[in-house]
Amino acid sequence: MTYRLNPSQKAIQKTALEFARGEFDKDTAREFDKRAEFPETIWRKAAELGFIGIHMPEKFSGGGMGSLENVLVAETFAGKDSTTGAAIMLAGLAADWLARFGSETQQTELLPEILEGRMRTGAALVQPDAVGQDALIGMEDGEPGVLWRIDGELDSVINGRAADIFFVLCSNSTFAEPSGGVSMLVVEADKPGVTVEKDHPMLGLRMTGAARIKFAGVHVPLVNLIGRRNQGLKQASRILPESRLLLAALALGTAQGAFDRALAHVREREQFGKKIAGFQVTRHKLAEMALQIEQARCLTYQAALQVDGKKADFRLVAMANLAATRAAVSVAFEAIQLLGGYGYTSEYDVERSYRDAKTLQVLSGNGNTLTDEIGDSIIGKLKS
Amino acid sequence: MNQLPYTDEHNAFRRRLRDFLESEVIPHVDRWETDHRIPRDIWRKMGREGFLCTAVPREYGGLGGDFLYSVIVNEEMVRTNHTGLMAQLHSDVVVPYIDTFGSAAQKEKYLPGCVSGDIVTAVAMTEPDAGSDLASMTSTAVEEGGQVVLNGAKTFISNGIHCDLVVLAARNPNVANPHNAISLYLVEDGTAGFKKGQRIEKMGMRSQDTAELFFTNCRIPAENLLGEKGGGFIQLMQKLQQERLVVAIWSMAIAKYMMSWTRDFCRRNSRGGELLAASQAIQFALVEMETDLRVGTAFLNDLIMAHNRREAVVVETSMAKFWMSQKANQIANRCLEVVGDVAAREECPLVRMWRDVRIQTIFAGTNEIMKGIVAKSMNLQ
Repeated sequence: MTYRLNPSQKAIQKTALEFARGEFDKDTAREFDKRAEFPETIWRKAAELGFIGIHMPEKFSGGGMGSLENVLVAETFAGKDSTTGAAIMLAGLAADWLARFGSETQQTELLPEILEGRMRTGAALVQPDAVGQDALIGMEDGEPGVLWRIDGELDSVINGRAADIFFVLCSNSTFAEPSGGVSMLVVEADKPGVTVEKDHPMLGLRMTGAARIKFAGVHVPLVNLIGRRNQGLKQASRILPESRLLLAALALGTAQGAFDRALAHVREREQFGKKIAGFQVTRHKLAEMALQIEQARCLTYQAALQVDGKKADFRLVAMANLAATRAAVSVAFEAIQLLGGYGYTSEYDVERSYRDAKTLQVLSGNGNTLTDEIGDSIIGKLKS
Repeated sequence: MNQLPYTDEHNAFRRRLRDFLESEVIPHVDRWETDHRIPRDIWRKMGREGFLCTAVPREYGGLGGDFLYSVIVNEEMVRTNHTGLMAQLHSDVVVPYIDTFGSAAQKEKYLPGCVSGDIVTAVAMTEPDAGSDLASMTSTAVEEGGQVVLNGAKTFISNGIHCDLVVLAARNPNVANPHNAISLYLVEDGTAGFKKGQRIEKMGMRSQDTAELFFTNCRIPAENLLGEKGGGFIQLMQKLQQERLVVAIWSMAIAKYMMSWTRDFCRRNSRGGELLAASQAIQFALVEMETDLRVGTAFLNDLIMAHNRREAVVVETSMAKFWMSQKANQIANRCLEVVGDVAAREECPLVRMWRDVRIQTIFAGTNEIMKGIVAKSMNLQ
């Protein structure tokens, strides 16, 4: 399979770009980044115009298109402004959980809320090696099977500060087998006992943020279970490709945005009596940056096409995530260098690209996570 | 292994400084970073304890110390994880201009205050349109009677808000050759026509009061010329060796700190039931970083000793500046990756260092300028 954007996909890119150009504002973005504030108005508008969940079924207010289209929207938004773009797209992060494992009732009830911009989701990015360490405990309370009680704290919840609804993995302490006892639940943020314990000041993606959420004796009805009881871990690992693909798309856009700003700068800035774009080393830097972006783009689009298939290609998505976040960090680093002292100031935005790129990278796991998985999938099980 | 020849006096100085920073600076650093400023008084405290301008001769109140004292101050300041109190800029970059090129009267007037922290200094070279191309600066200095009239704007000036005294580079508009046109002047805060701009908001160095400086028909006495008239460009080039060496030392100290913090983190934290430090890939990553640090330190220590003997090591210093600032950024990036999502939060000390270290490849001459200097020394054309 190869990617070649069709006219409808190109049109989506174009509308997304027009929207971002019209609605994203540099000064507001800097201000919101500084104050760690969610761009609520822009997110609402984006949702109303159908940019959120473009890959979700139409009957739930989605766009009925594929993952590649969603990638294009995320890439375009993040390309215009990395922090704003990420905030808008990550607010719907957990819609994928629901779309994949939710019951028809749950989907009918919640998906339109999320996709039409009335409800923001908060979820911890699932890392396969970190899952199961979460301290959330769910107990069946009262009449068996009617009510759950959740206690514990969950850290690094993406969008935790502004979320209206949390998607959590929860160990079920009433079941003996520890490996089989994790379930996926949805918890409304306004439920008694749910509090934002700590809103972490973040390196980047500050409009989104990550928070430690405390659940103290929170009662949720059994209908809040997503998918099957005790299948939480398995389900979580199956939606990994969706969240990784989104991170890859945002990183790709972040890289492109930093590149565009650097390119505009070197065409304008003069030193030593000529445009700095005239220096060979500048031209080569831009060439290397463009190369990294294009490599990441090929992988990410390719991975997007696979995600919609019956069986997502985990390896390709992990590769896309790795390549795109690496490209973003490296391209944004060089963009700052090309802008010199200006690049280091908040006024020129590439410093924000660099912080956002790095945040996307470390949220994708520690240095081993993705490479471990790619290696595992290549080598497979060894005979002892 | 080559170690720097620290004496007992050096070591005692380091211990005193470390104690001072631990009680007077480190507890306040988080607030200073949030406030985007440091209290002016910390400069005086630092000065009173004898930690500023260690190279200034004793007759002006300084320690009359060798460059190893500056190395110590640089390294210890990194442990405070902030740059608001940018002692290395004041002591090792700006004040040396006065110490080397100042007249007896200028030295008497200013040096004791620089040592005591009553005078905070800044150096103003960069302009909005003259960064790497320093010679293209447009700020002017015109003699009129017994005065010099200054006009122009300077930007990215560290200590720009707190500074009481500025070493300003400006050109004589009547001299065409930039290398003979630039002179250095001492401008005191409060001089009519000298205005400080807003603090510049930056990716890092958030407690550092970087600012723009504006000179509009600013009149200073002719005797505020620092050194020879028209000799500014050469004076700057002469002093940049130390400035760039300071950046190299600073970068290496940051990289060492980040690396050792990461190593400790890996020894204490697990993921998926396995201690991070037990991962072969993480071990190799740490080994590679440690090796880079050792290799870099060997070169750096050689340079420090050569500089301490007052040898001209401009080319080698340029190499060290670009290599070490680049390496420090690579190590910073790698450390954050090894640590993982914890390193997405500002409460992780590595994050501030990662933000702060990014400037090192840019200021004191970009790494591209450094490579240009080295290229010229290699008889390539």
